[in-house]
Amino acid sequence: MRKTPFFFRQLALCESMHWKSWAGAYAVASYLIHCDAEYHAIRHAAGLLDVSPLFKYRMRGPDAASCLARIMVRDIQRLPVGRVAYSCWCDDHGKVIDDGTVMRRSEDDFFITSADPCFSWFSRFISNQRVMLEDVTEHTAALAIQGPCSRAVLQEICDADLLGLRFFSTTEASIAGSPVWISRTGYTGDLGYEIWMDNIHALAVWDAIMDAGKAYALRPAGLDALDMCRIESGLILKDVDYYNALHVLVDHRKSSPFELSLGWTVELDREPFCGQAPLRREQAHGAPWSLVGLDIDWEETERLYARYGLPPEVPTRAWRTSVPLYRDRDRQYQIGYATSGTWSPTLKKNIALATIRTGYARPDTQTYLEMTVEHTRHTVAATICAPRFFNPERKTATRGRAA
Amino acid sequence: MNHYDVIIVGAGHNGLICAAYLARAGRRVLVLERRHVLGGAAVSEELYPDFTFSVASYVVSLFRSHIIRELDLARHGYRVIPMDCSFQPLPNGDSLARWADRNRSRREIQRFSQKDAEVYPEFSRVMTRLGQVAKSIIDQPAPDIGSLRVRDVVSSLRFARKFYVLGPDLFHLKLKLLTLSAADFLDLWFESDVLKGPLSASGIIGTFKGVRSPGTAYVLLHHYMGEIDGVFRSWGFAQGGTGGVSLACARAARSFGATIRINAPVARVMVRNGRTVGVCLESGEEILADLVVSNLDPRRTLLGLVGKEHLDDDTVRLVKRYKYRGSSGKVNLALDAVPEFACRPGSGDHIRGDIAIAPNVDYLEKAYDEAKYGAFSRRPFINAVIPSLTDPSVAPPGKHILSCFVQYAPYHLREGAEDWPRQREAFGAAVIDTLEEYIPNIRDLILFKQVLTPWDLEKQFGLSEGNIFHGELSLEQLLFQRPAPGLAHYRTPVHNLWLCGSGTHPGGGIMGSSGERAAKTILGSKIRT
Repeated sequence: MRKTPFFFRQLALCESMHWKSWAGAYAVASYLIHCDAEYHAIRHAAGLLDVSPLFKYRMRGPDAASCLARIMVRDIQRLPVGRVAYSCWCDDHGKVIDDGTVMRRSEDDFFITSADPCFSWFSRFISNQRVMLEDVTEHTAALAIQGPCSRAVLQEICDADLLGLRFFSTTEASIAGSPVWISRTGYTGDLGYEIWMDNIHALAVWDAIMDAGKAYALRPAGLDALDMCRIESGLILKDVDYYNALHVLVDHRKSSPFELSLGWTVELDREPFCGQAPLRREQAHGAPWSLVGLDIDWEETERLYARYGLPPEVPTRAWRTSVPLYRDRDRQYQIGYATSGTWSPTLKKNIALATIRTGYARPDTQTYLEMTVEHTRHTVAATICAPRFFNPERKTATRGRAA
Repeated sequence: MNHYDVIIVGAGHNGLICAAYLARAGRRVLVLERRHVLGGAAVSEELYPDFTFSVASYVVSLFRSHIIRELDLARHGYRVIPMDCSFQPLPNGDSLARWADRNRSRREIQRFSQKDAEVYPEFSRVMTRLGQVAKSIIDQPAPDIGSLRVRDVVSSLRFARKFYVLGPDLFHLKLKLLTLSAADFLDLWFESDVLKGPLSASGIIGTFKGVRSPGTAYVLLHHYMGEIDGVFRSWGFAQGGTGGVSLACARAARSFGATIRINAPVARVMVRNGRTVGVCLESGEEILADLVVSNLDPRRTLLGLVGKEHLDDDTVRLVKRYKYRGSSGKVNLALDAVPEFACRPGSGDHIRGDIAIAPNVDYLEKAYDEAKYGAFSRRPFINAVIPSLTDPSVAPPGKHILSCFVQYAPYHLREGAEDWPRQREAFGAAVIDTLEEYIPNIRDLILFKQVLTPWDLEKQFGLSEGNIFHGELSLEQLLFQRPAPGLAHYRTPVHNLWLCGSGTHPGGGIMGSSGERAAKTILGSKIRT
């Protein structure tokens, strides 16, 4: 297993010894036995996450923009310098391979993140152009600092004007004397930043943040807390809410961007890009499936547990098993499936992300989700809603007090 | 037009919740608050620059989850961060920390008693089961067992059934719980005095009783009914202080169309021909309404705002007999750094929950001994929290708030309650002296200190005799006897005057039930509003 540059710092702090493999690298699932303190740190103070296992690429050269524009469903040529774009990329049939962010550091220098290795896929688009693609995964470390106090913590140790840094913008900066790139991005749906640096600077930056964070109740956070946050914000996860089109055995496991509620990223009217024609057809005819949010009825859940004399149980972390979703309470007609869910301590709701036949995807539609209580299968009502359950103003605000 | 369907006197969390429910049902509601801030005793105030104090009530647990859903309080900013640990420093340099994680607690308790360590989860299970029953009682109107009306008999039977379904073992335990002292009840389970200290302390909070006084076992249960996100027995901090809960309730009330006025002290409730017609403010302004609902305690409502002349003698007697006997004070400190305990230094998770200065049962009983004869405890029971370690929004970076609930501070001093302003300094000093035994450098850290005696609680928050629960939470003052038989259904003998504060069933703590139940009773009654 790969050890990220932060491994030994995390090892010293990880009381629970609860680790996961993230793309073959050690990643903390939760530092404490239960992840709630880490979750609440992200939502009420600040959480620090090692996101180094992300795959990271640099694409440089005069033709880098046009090359990326051919790969991505978004028109990267129009991405201004200093801005970041969230995008997915598709195969020739318009099915999603992966999703990630594209950061334009200068006119012809791009930094791309992905969940799966994509060097080979990106390389296919490079033939005679003046483009250099480099896999910087192993020597670029990355930290995410997320939560209402993240700006205040970072501002104490960094020379960049963070208040002026807009949501999905990026800037060069120096933290504890180390050169870094900071982007106002993240996977929590909260105010937050991601910091990208060469491995040699990793520990200095980690130490500086942990030290400055003490005064702001910052906690190192693991993937379990992150999972709860990303579901609350309706952010999808590869291999959980969808699969890489290049890796599945059967076609019906593939999804188009429209089916993942990423239609807003698809920019069709421009130079050719991979998957353009099938995506154009799909846009015209509508996607058969949709990704929606589910608000699982709590009172029904309580009544269901009460039948067994039990108080309702809320899972202490997010779940990610596929759960059938029905049109009717008697489970006669299945219309979709939930792919991941969590109890939201902030919203006081039991929520899930689901893939559902588009005909049933209208908000406020009543559906029925399978729920197992005391080893017995039941259904509880679940109302369709937009997947972005939690979306605080501070996420995108450029003025005002942190926290 | 200066006429409302309902006027609510007092913007405590119960008043605001009552307002929200009534406004949601389409009533024109006006809430009148005497002070410049909302929340009553569930209030956040910046007493010292950049420090936001939960001045009075300081932790949240009992708040009913269906109220959060029905009023959509999460959308209006209701945020509670759970606490993971109960920490108990001991004078001999040892300490005990009890965690949400059962195994972690077992290993801690084991150092004091192997048996107790293993019995502890059993005890928690039984208390949770009993707490479940108690909660289902809270969520219903109190039965009127004296009445023979069909509706009341049915509700009394339903009430009795809740105990019946417990089964004989738990039922007997429930009876013990209702009659025993907290210390005796805990003796049924535990041998270690260290563990019994903080557990029994839960039985005396807000009462003028000792841990060895009969009836205190029930109050213990009251503190086991806590719930955050369906998980029992967990307490939490409201983000931005407990006022955050009240502000969420206020936003909900406003979203349904209620009007809330601050700096609007009510001088009296206007009663004509035995009917309530509105209120008169201290400014002389008169506001008419079909109904008046009071969030104040029964005494201040009936003997203060209404006046004896509008009440029959029986009612006056009942209201006078209802016991307040405030027994606690509050000391709020702004600190320059994290307070470190000598017995377990550092700013780790052990001090991010609640901290109890309750080393053993005798300590608590001795503290009560002094109070019995009209003096504050020289070595009081202290329940302290440092919310700024969890919620950095309440203090500047690196600075902290130490909020101390202190018992006993009897309202009725030997020298009379009026002597409290003279004894306030000494009371504060006793608290700091006590803290200093555990946090040696506490004096050097203090940037600001606020000492609230029961006298101050009465003057500042309108809590009669400084009782934090609007009347003692003792068995004879609960359910159909809260505040008094015949007054227990939020209705008062004065036509169209209702109560919605903690002095009604089910009682104190940031629970919201009194406000909710009052509103639902009003809406369910046949009164034209």
